[in-house]
Amino acid sequence: MSPTATLSTTARVLTQLRRDPRTLALVLIVPPALLALFKYVFDRHPMTFDRIGGPLVGLFPFILMFLLTSIAMLRERTTGTLERLMSLPLAKLDLLAGYGLAFAAVGAVQATVTGGVAFGLLDLGADGPVWGVVLIAVANALLGMALGLFLSAFATSEFQAIQFMPAVVFPQLIVCGLLVPREEMPRALEVVAAFLPLTYAYDALAKVTADDVDGRLWLDVAVVGGAILLALVLGATTLRRRTA
Amino acid sequence: MNSATAELSDAAVELDDLHVRRGGKSILSGVSLRVPPGRVTGLLGPSGSGKTTLMRAIVGVQIVERGRVTVLGEPAGTPALRRRVAYVTQSPSVYGDLTVAENLRYFARILGAQPGRIAEVVELVGLAGQTLQVTRTLSGGELSRTSLAVALLGEPELLVLDEPTVDVDPILRRELWQTFYDLAESGASLLVSTHVMDDARRCHELVLMRSGLIIATGSPGELLEGTDTDELEDAFVALAGAS
Repeated sequence: MSPTATLSTTARVLTQLRRDPRTLALVLIVPPALLALFKYVFDRHPMTFDRIGGPLVGLFPFILMFLLTSIAMLRERTTGTLERLMSLPLAKLDLLAGYGLAFAAVGAVQATVTGGVAFGLLDLGADGPVWGVVLIAVANALLGMALGLFLSAFATSEFQAIQFMPAVVFPQLIVCGLLVPREEMPRALEVVAAFLPLTYAYDALAKVTADDVDGRLWLDVAVVGGAILLALVLGATTLRRRTA
Repeated sequence: MNSATAELSDAAVELDDLHVRRGGKSILSGVSLRVPPGRVTGLLGPSGSGKTTLMRAIVGVQIVERGRVTVLGEPAGTPALRRRVAYVTQSPSVYGDLTVAENLRYFARILGAQPGRIAEVVELVGLAGQTLQVTRTLSGGELSRTSLAVALLGEPELLVLDEPTVDVDPILRRELWQTFYDLAESGASLLVSTHVMDDARRCHELVLMRSGLIIATGSPGELLEGTDTDELEDAFVALAGAS
């Protein structure tokens, strides 16, 4: 592994994003806009907005980085740049870490902007520290990146890659406890939720926004960290030096 | 060329009974070949004859069924070879949303090339006027030259080029060939696949492929002499018919 290779990969990925200002604008504007929409939908239920608003700030980076990475990686695969990189003296870990750093940075900016708007302008109530939400949001960005990278190996077109979002992201969002507390769901769903990483990300976010810092919070964060590592290892196995 | 013993010891590439299958179909069925060092060797054959697969096996990105591929004295695909061998695929593999200079800077850092090398390769492929252009907006020929420039960054000892002269105008084609000769002169070995007889004529050595087999090897002169023809195209047709 080499810091030069990792950092130049990060710089390269960020330059590519900068070349696409419309995507960057969407990444930064859509999450706060959606939160504003939530606020007005729940106009009569401010408690509900307070309950889901904080976690949503931290969940957006997961969704968007998942999409960005699966498309970016798919492009690397289909344009032959991945094959070129794999024939060069570049460690797979450098490529993964390079992408990770770039998207973690974007995720941090996104969470900061979204959090700033939500807690500052939309009067979203949070008892816990906003920086805690941003930190977990960065972890979620990494989780989204790692999963997107892994799943991009199973898509042969951008259409397919986009379909992985409703297939992989939505079910996790639905059962993670954001919509309905998990203990109120059928037992089977509760069990399924216990195996999905976003459940732990949601729990951590809910605890931080409620300023409910206990041992369970650190366990949630550790599970998210473990899921990131697992997805990265799985992603690394899809980067092949030799192909058929 | 040198004596036979010297040839054997320092071949740039040696293939021994190489078999490759892709999607259940046999693409290379027992290819043995020796690519001489410091020469431009042309790989000639119709589409689907296995040229690209052969090149991929040499670069070490192709899963092979059986056989031995030795490149610069080491098994193909060995990590140490990633600095010594460069491969330019048929479709230009560079980042379309980055400029020529940004692409080169990125790959130069990965290869650990000196920053001054970027200006050199830009000059070599004749892209000095386009370095600040986003590669997606380049013409087909400029794009493939960008890909070639990336391959030249690390001053490779073996350069494997899959149809590098497609979409290249006659003047530039001549310049590119001069670059290839200069590289060979400086000791590099080049393996160049092509459809174009005009390219074939310029190679030091030729390897003719058909249906996953090598049907003839030799210098252009030798092939003409052996088939008693005046044009390489006729020689190729004669050899393909005889095989």
